[in-house]
Amino acid sequence: MTAHQIIAEATAQTAPDTAVETLTGAEIVVRALVDQGVDTLFGYPGGAVLPIYDALFHEPRLKHILVRHEQGATHAAEGYARSTGKPGVVLVTSGPGATNAVTGIVDALMDSIPLVVITGQVPTHLIGSDAFQECDTVGITRSATKHNVLVRRVEDLPRAIHEAFHIATTGRPGPVLIDIPKDVQFASGPYTGPDAVRFRHAYAPRLRDDSSRVREAVELIAGARRPIFYTGGGVINAGPQASRSLRAFARAVDAPVTSTLMGLGAFPSDDPQWLGMVGMHGAFEANHAMHDCDVMVCVGARFDDRVTGRLDAFSPGSKKIHIDIDPSSIGKIVRADIGIIGDAGEVLDQMLEAWGGRRAANLSPWWTQIDQWRARKGFAYAPSSTVIKPQYAVERLYALTRGRDVYISTEVGQHQMWAAQFFHFQEPNRWMTSGGLGTMGYGLPAAVGIQVAHPDALVIDIAGEASVQMTMQEISTAVQYELPIKVFILNNEWMGMVRQWQQLLHGERYSHSYSSSLPDFVKLAEAYGAVGLRATTPDELDAKILQMIDTPRPVIFDCRVEKAENCLPMIPSGKAHNDMILADMARDMGSVIEDAGKGLV
Amino acid sequence: MTETLPADSAGSAYFLDFETGDERRATFAVIVDNEPGVLHRVVGLFSARGYNIESLTVAETDRAVHTSRITIVTRGREGVLAQIRAQLGKIVQVRAVMEVGGDARWVERELALVKVRGTGDARVETLRIAEIFRARVIDTDVDSFVLELTGAPDKIDKFEMLMRPLGLVEVSRTGVLSIARGGERV
Repeated sequence: MTAHQIIAEATAQTAPDTAVETLTGAEIVVRALVDQGVDTLFGYPGGAVLPIYDALFHEPRLKHILVRHEQGATHAAEGYARSTGKPGVVLVTSGPGATNAVTGIVDALMDSIPLVVITGQVPTHLIGSDAFQECDTVGITRSATKHNVLVRRVEDLPRAIHEAFHIATTGRPGPVLIDIPKDVQFASGPYTGPDAVRFRHAYAPRLRDDSSRVREAVELIAGARRPIFYTGGGVINAGPQASRSLRAFARAVDAPVTSTLMGLGAFPSDDPQWLGMVGMHGAFEANHAMHDCDVMVCVGARFDDRVTGRLDAFSPGSKKIHIDIDPSSIGKIVRADIGIIGDAGEVLDQMLEAWGGRRAANLSPWWTQIDQWRARKGFAYAPSSTVIKPQYAVERLYALTRGRDVYISTEVGQHQMWAAQFFHFQEPNRWMTSGGLGTMGYGLPAAVGIQVAHPDALVIDIAGEASVQMTMQEISTAVQYELPIKVFILNNEWMGMVRQWQQLLHGERYSHSYSSSLPDFVKLAEAYGAVGLRATTPDELDAKILQMIDTPRPVIFDCRVEKAENCLPMIPSGKAHNDMILADMARDMGSVIEDAGKGLV
Repeated sequence: MTETLPADSAGSAYFLDFETGDERRATFAVIVDNEPGVLHRVVGLFSARGYNIESLTVAETDRAVHTSRITIVTRGREGVLAQIRAQLGKIVQVRAVMEVGGDARWVERELALVKVRGTGDARVETLRIAEIFRARVIDTDVDSFVLELTGAPDKIDKFEMLMRPLGLVEVSRTGVLSIARGGERV
């Protein structure tokens, strides 16, 4: 026993209660993650994080998933976070490690996903010297994160990490980045646990609204004759209880419910009050009901341009109640008659309480009107017996996976919209898609993260052949960790949404939207050590899908679909909710969109 | 539909004050934790969201708790100003956002250093106007003065205008500071 150890032991014996553990910065990171309840992190090692990786080597409680690209780590962490409700954790190195992670960090910011991203940094004495693999990570990510911090002293590290988890997961969730120089990882300092740490900032988001506004909102809803609930990702973020509260309140009011892309699953799709998704490619009945409602109850959604269509014609006759945990969301795009700041679940519970034992108003004229819109069958498409229609492929995928423990992720584009239209969800946290940033390449790594969190579930990435190639390499991660994800590619050889817009808005000039040398996805799967399947006709589709489901390994499914199918219905750019184009009337859509609309995205 | 709303039912998403109201000048005081990068976050927010900054001043004002006061003068419609306030409030290091100035409850001041070069009558006139504005000469040479002046921004604008024909060389201004009248702490 060395003198140092003897002294340390004596100190521990004499003052066991006040003993402060001294750990290296790297050990502090690992300990803090464990104390925060983290079980999994997604990362990629490099020079500036090697001390943390060394500390991980001795920590069996943390599972590390080695990705193939740092963007994959961030999307996997997002998939993990959204399917569990827990924060996703990312560990990457300095310089390119950090810059590669930026896309996923912004994706998480836009969609309010809690992430804690730990980046290595060059040693403090080299910061600012253009050292090898140095970049100004906190500068680059300042507008990409909810909060970020460069930790220059090991003494500040425990607080920085615990505070990062607090900030990432509370209020409007989002990504928090902690940049840790290598010398800070080596230095020794006292460790403070999550309960003992004192936060640096006066950050305290409001969860409940105890003003009279909740009661006013309930009175407005009670007096409505054409009410509608317009719900978003905020309900999902507020946890499963918020979805239950939404269901209870919607039932009490007897109002129809629609949702943004991000909010799918909060309200069950097989409920008769469900209208389907709202927005540009949303349900005909949902958009018309939004346009004609008299009271709109927006819960945890933010009036995104994909939802509202033409703003000055957006739901012109309605009073709007906007519930959001982020005060800046209220009144940002659309004026709220009653703005309520708070957690979606808490406020819905407050509303339920204020509603009390009231009976729902007689809304039968409103429901009669809605049934007429439903009868229009806005999602109808022309079937084919020779070619697989992409809508049909998703319909069959849904039908053949019903009753299973299914999680869906998507890439971005036409396939994403068809997935949202034709795959249906009964529960929250089952649908993972890149809504705000619209990141092609999100779905495959997200599926990796979901499968890590739910090893026995059926995890399917509904993909396009263009998107999936942006992060294709993560199939290698799935193979390494035996994660049996299913990558279901609706392969039409085009960047389909780009092609559709070029057809509609750019005189059918298909500028650089066709991939003329696609890989053989079956062989590609085999090269990675996964299983490749292909379906080219409607006849063989069901059997191949069942084969995919029954394969206990990662699968890439090359589903060859109709190449020129357009995603409909559609609110054309610059048009209102009640100006939707449906598949059976869409012949010359370019002429429907006016010049002002062509300038929009 | 079963009923139609009257045209003035305030149902539209857009109230006049919100969408089409006039722009106005506003001064915000932002109390922030004094730590690296916080000014970048505030300035970055303005540039990323397309808000104006007419002037900005910052200094640590409470050393004991390491907080700084940032005073920002901006311009926008009511809806934009409300957004600026809400977006500033979201920054983790921001402790408080207050609109300061704009009416008689607030005192606004700015300090300017003004360099004027000239000889003869112009030199005499410079000193005369400086006296009217209670500007102090803080450096003098055979053919130039540096003048120090405090006042509301429009007073300094006026002084600049009067100095221009007399040989104005250069102006350095602090930007606006603002504080409430009376004994209360905001």
